[in-house]
Amino acid sequence: MRRNADAPDESKMNPDSSDPRRPSDHFESAEPSASGASAASGAVSPALGVVGWARWAWRQLTSMRTALVLLLLLAVAAVPGSLFPQRSADPNGVTQYQSDHPDIFGFLDDISMFDVYHSPWFSAIYILLFVSLIGCILPRTKHHLKALRSRPPRTPARLGRLADFRSETVDVDADEAIDAAAKQLRGAGYRIERYDSPARGRRPATRSVSAERGYLRETGNLLFHAALVGVLVAVGVGGAYKYTGQRVVVEGTTFVNTLLDYSSMNRGQAVAEDALEPYAMTLDRFDVTYQPPGSNAMSQAGDFAANVTIRRPGGDETSGVVKVNSPLTIGGDSIYLLGNGYAPTITIRDADDEIIYHDSVAFLPSGDAQMTSQGVVKVADGLPEQLGLVGFFYPTVAELETGAYASQYGDLVNPLLTLDVYAGDLGIDDGTPRNVYALDPTGMDQLTGGDTGVESIELAPGESAELPDGMGSITFEDETPEGADSAQGSTESVKRFASLQVHHDSSAVWVLVFAMLAVLGLLVALFVPRRRMWVKAVETESGVELEYAGLARGEDPTLAAAVDQLAEKHLAGLGVAPEDPDAVVEPEEPDDTHDAGGPAAFDGAGAADGTSASATPPRPASETRET
Amino acid sequence: MPKRRLLHMPDVVSLDTYSVILVWTAIAIYTLAFIVYAVDLSRRSQESIEQHDAAESRQREKVGALNAASASPVGVDSRAADSSAAPIGAAKAPRRVFSRIGTALTVLGFLMHLGGTLLRGIAAERVPWANMWEFAMTGTLLIMAVYLGVQFWKDLRFLGTFMTGLVVVLLGASSTFYVAIVPLMDPLKSVWLVIHVFVASLSTAFLALAFGLSVMQLLQARRERLAVVAAENGGGPKRSFLRTLPSAEALEGLAYRLAIIGFILWTFTLIAGAIWAQDAWGRYWGFDVKEVWTFIIWVLYAGYIHARATRGWRGTRSAWLAIVGFVAVIFNFTIVNMYFDGLHAYSGL
Ligand code: HEM
Repeated sequence: MRRNADAPDESKMNPDSSDPRRPSDHFESAEPSASGASAASGAVSPALGVVGWARWAWRQLTSMRTALVLLLLLAVAAVPGSLFPQRSADPNGVTQYQSDHPDIFGFLDDISMFDVYHSPWFSAIYILLFVSLIGCILPRTKHHLKALRSRPPRTPARLGRLADFRSETVDVDADEAIDAAAKQLRGAGYRIERYDSPARGRRPATRSVSAERGYLRETGNLLFHAALVGVLVAVGVGGAYKYTGQRVVVEGTTFVNTLLDYSSMNRGQAVAEDALEPYAMTLDRFDVTYQPPGSNAMSQAGDFAANVTIRRPGGDETSGVVKVNSPLTIGGDSIYLLGNGYAPTITIRDADDEIIYHDSVAFLPSGDAQMTSQGVVKVADGLPEQLGLVGFFYPTVAELETGAYASQYGDLVNPLLTLDVYAGDLGIDDGTPRNVYALDPTGMDQLTGGDTGVESIELAPGESAELPDGMGSITFEDETPEGADSAQGSTESVKRFASLQVHHDSSAVWVLVFAMLAVLGLLVALFVPRRRMWVKAVETESGVELEYAGLARGEDPTLAAAVDQLAEKHLAGLGVAPEDPDAVVEPEEPDDTHDAGGPAAFDGAGAADGTSASATPPRPASETRET
Repeated sequence: MPKRRLLHMPDVVSLDTYSVILVWTAIAIYTLAFIVYAVDLSRRSQESIEQHDAAESRQREKVGALNAASASPVGVDSRAADSSAAPIGAAKAPRRVFSRIGTALTVLGFLMHLGGTLLRGIAAERVPWANMWEFAMTGTLLIMAVYLGVQFWKDLRFLGTFMTGLVVVLLGASSTFYVAIVPLMDPLKSVWLVIHVFVASLSTAFLALAFGLSVMQLLQARRERLAVVAAENGGGPKRSFLRTLPSAEALEGLAYRLAIIGFILWTFTLIAGAIWAQDAWGRYWGFDVKEVWTFIIWVLYAGYIHARATRGWRGTRSAWLAIVGFVAVIFNFTIVNMYFDGLHAYSGL
């Protein structure tokens, strides 16, 4: 048995019709020849005019090199979005950046540094990339559909010149041998075709079977690329139909799923005013646990759970729990838990002891694990002047050496509320929308705290204090339910709130489906080997010479072994063992070289005969020449 | 109550302490392995000269035979000129004693490393990959596992110096990330922590190996270029361990195959991350910094795969892309985790 180890010119055949179609600068497609180059330059000559230019531009856009450059550009263009805060992900960060760097903010904003992923330049790159992609896969798909129906190509005249080749001279019937080989190959998943040629002149009669497998590889590649388009389309179309709203809900209160009831809402163009699922949701109880003092993670909070009751228009009630990582689904909406905090209940009475304000006000956590929180109470009516109270809430207060307060622990052990009073115009009467969590002190007088010389109001749950100037009084209500275990201390004295997000996006599942298809396509494209195999029988004086050869298309590290296997199984099936298996000539070049270099043997470059023959032992001419 | 904690706490503390001791032992053994592997490389340099002499005489015979058979003219191709491209694992390859000792040490270090990681997981009562220290511990463990596992497929021990060196540096530097065991934060309590982070680390391990091979490929390509020039000028070969390694083209093929496995795993990481984000943050994609960098890395490797198929980009240029890709992976793990603000605030630092 003889085996070739070099990769001579026969394997560098030009791609034929059953080959996947590749952009012209794919390494497997033929290098543009001199005539090809002149044809290309002809296309851009003014004589061909607009059409010629358009065709040239299209060819450029759908080339591998353009795809590659656009991919790299996309990677680079995505970087600034991680360096600067983005409006979509971190609007507060953008505001912060503006106040920190007022001098360069304007310029950076002009070049979309805070909206990178919606910027004209980022969009231009990915749109070009996807146009290129579609321009690439459409012709390839068309071509591939045809290739799927085509027959394996004619058996090359000189199989001996292929990189993976074995031959064996045995005493069998040529026709039967090839029939057996065809059957064996078909059984192994190959598409087969018989090519026989009668003896002509000095050329002996040959019978052969040509086999090809691995069309799935190109199918996978196309599936992968098409699925990427699918992902983009699903994201784009889905964007028009999705909405996301945020809402803070205090324990014991109810929120109705209408646009009005959201503190913020983003919705796609195709979402109508009344498209929201009709339901009402009450936050019955918010649970949280804190790591005990003295542990490694003291004050770390966890096991958040918003226990809610949902009422549908029909009147049916269901209860559910919203947890981190475990949203609650109602109809097409998913409800997420984004945050939580304390909502001290405050009652304000006027000078006549009439209640003019009673509410649980959400104080936003300022970011530390000890849950120091900040909030604002706005009293618009019922007093001689509008009042704004700005303050801090400490679930477990401690006095620092400086005299300032700080919270020491996230849970309610020793809660304290401190407030400063401002009187004047809240600026809400003219209908200007105002942030409910901030007070604009312009046009207001500070009455307590700061430089006023009047002490700030400090209240523990259940305590009351006089408002300045005899305006009335303020009470920090103790919300501890009746019958609560008194041993628990004040743990239930202040209500909690949950910050919930309602999200509706039915396209997400499509994005996932396309993403999974892309992975499937990728696996197939990268791991299904595409190869051709030939078995040829040549009748010679000493018997029938059986030739086995294989040709890899793309990376195919296991081809050599596959040819060996084919030969051995076939010979064994014919009842003839290889004369001397040990006589198999090990390739001079280590297997790994062309094994890993793979497709280099198939670059269609049509190298001149013999350029790589120097490292190979010469072959007796009789074995290979068959022209 | 306090009494129970007194009884309980020391157990946990000591398990974690043992874990740290094991990891440091592993670092020490890896360092030894690094040294021994380095000795192996220097011996390969010597070998390369001896091999060359043997090869040259073979070459002369062949050329003679070829000419006698009046075959086509013999062109000087780079491989004929320096007869490199050592067979990987070929029977006639010298018994590389130092290489074997290096690998044995690496296995030993790996076992310590594995023990340290398992102990950390047992002490924490969860998977040992939930903060930077643990990511680094598990990530480098997987790099070593993949490096050792790949040896069953191809003898890549010539990468031993590179891989043990890389792991010693990464793991040693990561010791500054050490944090005591704390309970998981709520967003991390998810099966996706198990899947997403593990697959990401496994992907990183394959990409690390591909990175090493790409670096070797670049060195080898440079040497091959110089060798051709030297041969044309009639100069002899330089002594270099690279001469005992596969050709640049073969190295590229190996790097590519490991990189595509890494790429597929990375694709999966990206998708699993999006699914998790949908659960935890209420949207599958939001251009959070970590998401952005995961995407950048994915696109870079897609670029690498394309480059390998684009005329003019195969070879050295695509190797540079693989290197840039892996640098981005390391950047994503270190700088992005530590200095960029985002939702992925799980470094535990
Ligand atoms: C959205 C951008 C793109 C991405 C993320 C991408 C990604 C990939 C990946 C991962 C592969 C390897 C897997 C496989 O063989 O199926 C691949 C292969 C391929 N891509 Fe793309 N691609 C993109 C755009 C394009 C475009 C625009 C073209 C056309 C110019 C193109 C042409 C090809 C070709 C011909 C291959 C086969 C390479 C080979 O023979 O090994 N791709 N692409």
